[in-house]
Amino acid sequence: MKLELRGITKRFGTFAANEDVDLVVESGQVHTLLGENGAGKSTLMNVLFGLYDPTEGEILLDDEPVAFAGPGEAMRAGIGMVHQHFMLVPVFTVAENVALGDEYTKAAGVLDLEATRSRIREISDQYGFHVDPDAIVEDLPVGVQQRVEIIKALVRDARILILDEPTAVLTPQETDELLNIIRQLRADGTAIVFISHKLREVKAISDTITVLRRGRVVGTADPSAEASELAALMVGRDVVLNRQKTEPNLGDQSFCVEDLTVVSPTGQVLVDGVSFGIRQGEVLAIAGVQGNGQTELTEAIMGLQKASGSIRLDGRELLGRSTRQIIRAGVGFVPEDRSTDGLVGTFTVAENMVLNRYDTAPAGTSLQLNPKAIRRLATEKVEEFDVRTQGVDIPVGTLSGGNQQKVVMARELVDDLSLFIASQPTRGVDVGSIEFLHSRIIAERDSGTPVMIVSTELDEVLELADRIAVMYHGRIVGIVPGDTSRDHLGLMMAGQLPDDVVLADGSTPTQEGARA
Amino acid sequence: MSATAAEKKTVAETPDAARRGKDDKPLVRSWSTPILQTVFALLSLGLFAIGAPAHDAEFRIATPGDLIELAAVTVPAAPTLWVLTLAMIAITVLAWVRAAAGRKNPVWLNGLYVFAFVAAFLIWVVGSATNNSVYLTGLIAGSFALAVPLIFGSMAGILSERSGVVNIAIEGQLLAGAFTAAMVGSATGSAWIGLAAAIVAGVAVSSLLAVFSIKYLVNQVIVGVVLNVLVIGLTSFLFSTVLAPNSSELNSPPHFPNIRIPFLAEIPIIGRILFDQSILGYGMYLIVGLLWFGLFRTRWGLRVRAVGEHPKAADTVGIDVLRTRYVNVLLGGAVAGMGGAFFTLVSASSFSKEMTAGQGFIALAAVIFGRWNPIGAFFAALLFGFATNMQYVFAILGTPVPSQFMAMLPYVVTVFAVAGLVGRSRGPAAAGTPYVKE
Repeated sequence: MKLELRGITKRFGTFAANEDVDLVVESGQVHTLLGENGAGKSTLMNVLFGLYDPTEGEILLDDEPVAFAGPGEAMRAGIGMVHQHFMLVPVFTVAENVALGDEYTKAAGVLDLEATRSRIREISDQYGFHVDPDAIVEDLPVGVQQRVEIIKALVRDARILILDEPTAVLTPQETDELLNIIRQLRADGTAIVFISHKLREVKAISDTITVLRRGRVVGTADPSAEASELAALMVGRDVVLNRQKTEPNLGDQSFCVEDLTVVSPTGQVLVDGVSFGIRQGEVLAIAGVQGNGQTELTEAIMGLQKASGSIRLDGRELLGRSTRQIIRAGVGFVPEDRSTDGLVGTFTVAENMVLNRYDTAPAGTSLQLNPKAIRRLATEKVEEFDVRTQGVDIPVGTLSGGNQQKVVMARELVDDLSLFIASQPTRGVDVGSIEFLHSRIIAERDSGTPVMIVSTELDEVLELADRIAVMYHGRIVGIVPGDTSRDHLGLMMAGQLPDDVVLADGSTPTQEGARA
Repeated sequence: MSATAAEKKTVAETPDAARRGKDDKPLVRSWSTPILQTVFALLSLGLFAIGAPAHDAEFRIATPGDLIELAAVTVPAAPTLWVLTLAMIAITVLAWVRAAAGRKNPVWLNGLYVFAFVAAFLIWVVGSATNNSVYLTGLIAGSFALAVPLIFGSMAGILSERSGVVNIAIEGQLLAGAFTAAMVGSATGSAWIGLAAAIVAGVAVSSLLAVFSIKYLVNQVIVGVVLNVLVIGLTSFLFSTVLAPNSSELNSPPHFPNIRIPFLAEIPIIGRILFDQSILGYGMYLIVGLLWFGLFRTRWGLRVRAVGEHPKAADTVGIDVLRTRYVNVLLGGAVAGMGGAFFTLVSASSFSKEMTAGQGFIALAAVIFGRWNPIGAFFAALLFGFATNMQYVFAILGTPVPSQFMAMLPYVVTVFAVAGLVGRSRGPAAAGTPYVKE
């Protein structure tokens, strides 16, 4: 089966998400779409999958033009898609999710789930998926949920499989497993469209690479190309990969968390007896797959979650204080989701710049705001952080992701911080801004502030961290030096502590007692 | 870090173990059930057991002339009340012990507790009343008659909410159905045409709900509330200007007769509620059964539930989310319309202003109490019907409890049932959220 996109253009209002894109995908091939966040990869695939109508251009299957009115038709034509955010009903079983939309039925529309179950077992055995058809989806790890998505496509006899950022939520080991599955599918003659911005995976799995930038195809590349070459194509200029950071200049351990535990109202232990300390002038990165307690850990430190244990900053206990008091104690906090927790989208850039100190001079008093001072302050910050905006009076929601993140960062990186916490500091941010934001974080470290970074991106962790704490199921698996190998970190992200890993205090796990 | 090497290797734990902290202490304990049970056990102890009436309570099961004439059951008030109260106390103590260990009493024990309280209450009331004899079969049949519109209403709610549209407008749909059934039924002289008109009226109200909430994305709760107010105003106005002056032509609807199934209807206690019903009563059973089977055993139900839980997932496998929602909301309107017709074509002789009296909201509570499951909502509605019936029965018996207090009973039961017993009830995840395709 051959899929061809000819001159696809998709406009939302005046904004062109895709412009004149050509693409050919053939069976038994992995065709990678490489591009930054916002380059138009997902839009293109949604056009192909019938979720969006193309403004211009045509789709050809085996040289026959086709038009899909919806995903149902795309599936019937043999196109399957594994979405970045899984399209699974959490309270349904695996079998119900797989059956949905393409059900086996007996007379009068009565469901025949047994038929679906046996199909799932068949596929599961063929590819070694180990999926129980009767498991409830929300109880399954993300890696397995992703396999359910793949099964969903295979049950519908997909000959073309689109994988949209499939590795974003996986541990390195799960990623390897996925790549093996993709190789198997390719060997069986399936055409695969692999969407990613992670160069290592792209190089490992692709047969052909098409690079998208700002909605246009800017070139094709061979998987044997150098990573820096691919990165330059993707970003449009040379970028520095793996910049060497300077050695930290360590001071006192002024921030210390001991035995911190967060329990959800339903009794789940989200953070389980976590202890660590950060020294002044040091970056501690909390690594781990999304959903292993990192969010709750940062929220507990900020007083946004009820917790037990102890959090001490400069000798003072923070636990039990209000979030306002914690901010006043000198904590800067960049939340993981800027659009819901970091910014008020309809407020102006200037207003967002003073959200954490609107009631102190110079922004205002407890009774009134000082708009002039706020605008002046915001203008300075916009300049300092190179925020690309038409002014400080426009709603912050109209800015691009990278510029929004700069606004949050500019607000939180005030003078005389005694602790800086950034959660997913560069999620959904273009490469150019990533470089800038990283350099600001390191600058803050070098000014003698303890810095805590939470990130699910291993590249980011390795770039910034002086020490790395890996979280799994609410616990810290181990704290290791910043130059620990990816393999070791990968195992730790899956909850194991390899015997030969060297911990940050110089001991190894087999030296019992050394760490007590 | 204080973890030992042995511990580190097994960071992945079972979910059950994760609920426990160090020293094996449970981290979350739920005290609401034992506290609630303590309150009612003390109430039972002070009021029913210590204040037990001197008279015995008599429960008649059959009336003279019935095919199976069972003798009346006479319950000695004081000893029975003590036994029931002690049973409640025992269950409460067990609940405290279990809660301290982070566990809960099994559901059947809680059911037993509720039964004991209701029985003790009944015996106490009947024993203290001027007339110490009550006709049990009639009590149950009366509760059932009051529950029928609630059941129709809750099925309407389930149909709509399972597809992701919150239906606050059940009250309005019931009232519109009752009014239309009375007027059209009287004008045409046919109960069947009246029923058909009631269904049309229910669908008309729900179509407004559907259009505003699905197409125009208006907040579903607000649309529902507004529709209720609209229907109350409209029917009240039309009642005073049209129905009341011409009540013999327009407000004396024909009635559906009861169809009595021979022999089966003679079964003591449950015979009448199962086998001596109007066509609407039988239809209600059919709808509950069909809806349960449809939702959980058919392709239609799987798709509806998917749309209510995760509409985008349903969309990506080619299910038309908006269509599914329209169909379900309109079907719900039809079912609620039938429930409305029950008021004027079966239970009451004519339409009166605001005659549904908040039953649509109690039906909504039954949906939640029954956890969006037709069978669960059916039993929840029966419980609420029973509570409503108590006030009438007690007024006749002449109990020491003031009638105003008794009138409060169904609502008190509703609040406790929904808030106390259900706790965090998990409904369809997408209910209340309009679906917008990007």
